[in-house]
Amino acid sequence: MELIRIKNVTKQYKNGVTAVYDLDLKIKKGDFVFIIGGTGSGKSTLIKMLYREEKPTKGEIIIGGLNVARLKNSKVYKLRRKLGIVFQDYRLLPKATVYENVAFALEVIGAKKEEINKKVLKALEVVGLKGKVRNYPNELSGGEQQRVAIARAIVNNPKLLLCDEPTGNLDPEMSMEIMKVLEEINNTTDTTIVMVTHDKAIVDKMKKRVVTLKDGRLVSDVEKGKYNNEAI
Amino acid sequence: MKPFRMLGRSIRDAFKSVFRNFSLSLASISCITITLIIVAVALIGTANVNNFTKVIKEDVTIVVFVDRKADETKVKAIRQRLDNLSNVSAIEYKTKQQLREEMEISSSILESTMKDWSEEDNPLKDTFQVKVEDITEIGDTAEKIKAIDGVDSVNYGETMVNRFLDAFRVINKGTMFAVVALIIVTVFLIINTIKLTIFSRKREISIMRLVGASNFTIKMPFVIEGMVLGLIGSIIPILVIIYGYFAGYKHFNGQLYSPLIKLVEPEPFIYQLSGLVLVIGVVVGMIGSYRAVRKYLKV
Repeated sequence: MELIRIKNVTKQYKNGVTAVYDLDLKIKKGDFVFIIGGTGSGKSTLIKMLYREEKPTKGEIIIGGLNVARLKNSKVYKLRRKLGIVFQDYRLLPKATVYENVAFALEVIGAKKEEINKKVLKALEVVGLKGKVRNYPNELSGGEQQRVAIARAIVNNPKLLLCDEPTGNLDPEMSMEIMKVLEEINNTTDTTIVMVTHDKAIVDKMKKRVVTLKDGRLVSDVEKGKYNNEAI
Repeated sequence: MKPFRMLGRSIRDAFKSVFRNFSLSLASISCITITLIIVAVALIGTANVNNFTKVIKEDVTIVVFVDRKADETKVKAIRQRLDNLSNVSAIEYKTKQQLREEMEISSSILESTMKDWSEEDNPLKDTFQVKVEDITEIGDTAEKIKAIDGVDSVNYGETMVNRFLDAFRVINKGTMFAVVALIIVTVFLIINTIKLTIFSRKREISIMRLVGASNFTIKMPFVIEGMVLGLIGSIIPILVIIYGYFAGYKHFNGQLYSPLIKLVEPEPFIYQLSGLVLVIGVVVGMIGSYRAVRKYLKV
């Protein structure tokens, strides 16, 4: 079963730059996929199209039966409820505690209080932050903040977890911690993970599927791949 | 129930946000407060001008002097003719004896001069005192009455009445225009202050979008926040209206310069006005925040 189907997608920005050119890609349910590439390779544009921050100019993107390319602005929330997103800059609410930050994702979709409580504590347990529920983001290290962001992304049991350079702001040690958490989530809940990165050490160590982009085109797609410097 | 749960959370978030971003909230609140006070003062002005006009309109009378030679049948005929006029709302007949008595009662000087008059000496005339429905046509009606057989002359203080009417018309239009203009300006001011509040929370809104909040869910707390700001912002204006108007009414003894210009009674006027100011504050806050948040929902 494929969860993501990208059909002949082209993205041209208004300023005339073509970021992604005629891309075709399938991602199976439960996959762990790295998308790598240099600056301007289109990897960020690709992941933005997956959570519908950008719309493809041509082609179709179907995620779990939802045609993302045709999704109206006011209906974007339907897609976002099916997936979790983790960013390089964490994007936490600075004035809310760890617990409130994770609960936020469930509150805005109208979940019950008991359900929120249960799910939030479980998600924080998965990322190993159960002892810090009452702390504010500025009291945490970068790696811990990113783990809060991951907890928020998985609290709603999404089928798909999108990670846009989640280790970009972290030192190698913390990065590996984050990768362990992600791998654990991938293994235990069968959540599909798509991660954009340019961290060679991580890609080489994880031995997952690696999709390489260059100048907006797909140049290689290897199961248990490595970070190929020449391709980039 | 999910909708109620969401509404409850929106209200909680709105209050939380008002206090967490207190300095910005204070800016919005003071902006609303000041403009609402000005709006309230303008509304008090309009209401009073309307009241003056009403009182004066009710007071204006056409005095119809009956010819001295007219006998009883003639007087009856005049009354009939007056009854048939379209613009007439009330007619009162007073004989010269009645008028004399009234005048004697009203002033001691008049009494001392008038008491020697015999019945024939009485220089007064029998009169009809006619009230009109539409004061703007008073001149026309007076002309028609003058044409009636047996009517000696007609008097309604035309120059004063016309001048008053013109002045009030201008003042009324002016204040109404000022009120509407002020309300529009307030809406824009509030849109901008709330935009400022929201701008500082752009990040929060984008996170809400990312975790799958619908646009409606995102707007709700902001709209309620705007209403709360409007509500808080109208407290001081309402106190100013209630205490200020009572004090002002007392100070002027309920009238301006002459008993002819009466102020509006404080009760229930100030309560109605307070309600109106509250509604304006809340609605304006709501519209302001609704328009301000719209811009950020396109991420």
